[in-house]
Amino acid sequence: MNWEAFWLTVRLAAVVSALLIFIGIPIAYWLTYSRWRWKFLVEAAVALPIVLPPTVLGFYVLVALGSRSPLGRWWESLTGHTLAFTFEGLVIGSLLYSLPFAVQPFAASFGAVEPSLLAASASLGHSPVQTFRRIVLPLSKAGLVTGFALSFAHTLGEFGVVLMVGGNIPGVTRTTSIDIYDQVQAANYSSANQTALVLLVISFLVLSVVYGLNRYGLNRFGLNRRLWAVGPWK
Amino acid sequence: MEVRIAPAPQPAVPPSAPISSELEVRIRKRFPNPEGSFNLNVHFRALAGFTIVFGASGAGKTTLLDCIAGLTEPDEGRIAVGGEDFYDSEKKRNVAAWKRRIGYVHQDLALFPHLTAEENVEYGLSALNATERRTRSREMLQAFRIEHLRDRRPAQISGGERQRVALARALVTEPRALLLDEPLAALDRPTKSLIVGDLRRWNQNHRVPILFVTHNGEEVFALGDEVIMLDAGRIVAQGRPHEVMRAPRLETVAHLSGFENIFDTTVLALHESRGTMTCRLEKGEVDLETPLVRAEVGSRLRVGVRAGDLLLATAEPHGLSARNILPGTIRRLVQRDVIVSAMVDCGGTEFEVHVTLAARDALGLGPGKSVWVVVKTHSCHLMGV
Repeated sequence: MNWEAFWLTVRLAAVVSALLIFIGIPIAYWLTYSRWRWKFLVEAAVALPIVLPPTVLGFYVLVALGSRSPLGRWWESLTGHTLAFTFEGLVIGSLLYSLPFAVQPFAASFGAVEPSLLAASASLGHSPVQTFRRIVLPLSKAGLVTGFALSFAHTLGEFGVVLMVGGNIPGVTRTTSIDIYDQVQAANYSSANQTALVLLVISFLVLSVVYGLNRYGLNRFGLNRRLWAVGPWK
Repeated sequence: MEVRIAPAPQPAVPPSAPISSELEVRIRKRFPNPEGSFNLNVHFRALAGFTIVFGASGAGKTTLLDCIAGLTEPDEGRIAVGGEDFYDSEKKRNVAAWKRRIGYVHQDLALFPHLTAEENVEYGLSALNATERRTRSREMLQAFRIEHLRDRRPAQISGGERQRVALARALVTEPRALLLDEPLAALDRPTKSLIVGDLRRWNQNHRVPILFVTHNGEEVFALGDEVIMLDAGRIVAQGRPHEVMRAPRLETVAHLSGFENIFDTTVLALHESRGTMTCRLEKGEVDLETPLVRAEVGSRLRVGVRAGDLLLATAEPHGLSARNILPGTIRRLVQRDVIVSAMVDCGGTEFEVHVTLAARDALGLGPGKSVWVVVKTHSCHLMGV
């Protein structure tokens, strides 16, 4: 069992899912309330990482972060090294990779808040932003927890994006999934088996917590809605 | 088709009331309803006090309130409260809903499920500091007799209590106008009249225009200073409740204000010297003497009679001023609340007559009993077919 790779993976997943709370909420807010006619294109773009091969996503991220792109050059002038093959680069790739797993539960839970509550809040003198903070966010707790946990679990298990963007540098970019691949390549099956089992158990636990919370935990707060399913459930 | 029953009497304004509390609405808006899309096209003023907006579902009542509250934008027109424009299509002015300070109690109440009753009431007071907020909300909870519920969530209290919380939440902000969308619809009668009393008391001190939407005729009489009758997006009548509700000339109005008995008739004879005419019911050989209207012999008219305006007698009455005394047989009795509906067959035409429980027992009314239905001439309301 390669603990260095394990903790690196957990650190990556924690950073990415935490950042996705801040990035995902504004995007989900916009997707829920915007009436722009081309909104569906943005929705499709956000959902892309679900269907795109991770290597394709990783390839584009690598190109975008490389020293030939404006972003890469800007970062290089700032820090003296490129983003590719670093932990920061990995974070950026993973953010894109796990974006829909945060945004979709967020948007589903925002959309499930009764429009009449928003109208009542406005009539009581609250601006849309205040209404979002005091009504929509508290009523979307289950969706926020779901989005956080799903993006965490999804980042834990990524492989293709990491390999393309991060390579395989011990302690910097070698995550558990890469480690398992290495062990199998080296015919080191017992070690691969151990790591794979740990990943399997953790992922299962995280998802159990999500579904358990949706089913039982949040009911007590009057939030008896299944939020991963899209649509207003009562 | 715009019919003004009376020259829209304006309710008297007490000298103390600020003249600026008037609500003025002149808007046009297309809105969809299950039967297609309608044009809401209204122009009215509402002074301080209750103005009832009365109409069937789909008449545009909720759309009208949404426009005034700023939740929907009209296609054109003007909305002003106390002389201040909230919406004016000519000036391209449209004040956001949250800046209008118009109280709105939505049909489904829209209480915030994650907040307690007290937090709900305090919600609109966020401009105040915490102590003041608490004082104001406690006063309002007391006034609406729900102080003991303050720590409960909406899911933990009854329908009538939720209604009170919703009203308290809107009133505590001291709105410049109040919009109530069927706020009493789901309540039993005693609860209703208690809440109406609370509302009236509140308004004696505040004197703001209150638009009260309902499709229940009883509430019109209980509350209304002024009634606006809405049908298919238009104001078909406006005035005092008794003027609008008692003398409908349009069939839509008749249906709205709840005639239990509506008959198709043919005019048999005109008695101009008496101011009446004789109409024969189409379903049977029954004649009714009705008030005279401009009609020709042989023309068809519809007659509406309220079940509560009819009398029942168990022996043929003599020496009555009423002109129509029709023999018939009770087919069935239906008890609703404290009212008994007797369905009486008079020569093939069924009349619905409302009597009290006491009258039913005293007269020994029951199916199969022979009775006489007494119809006053002026209880017959005539409408075009």
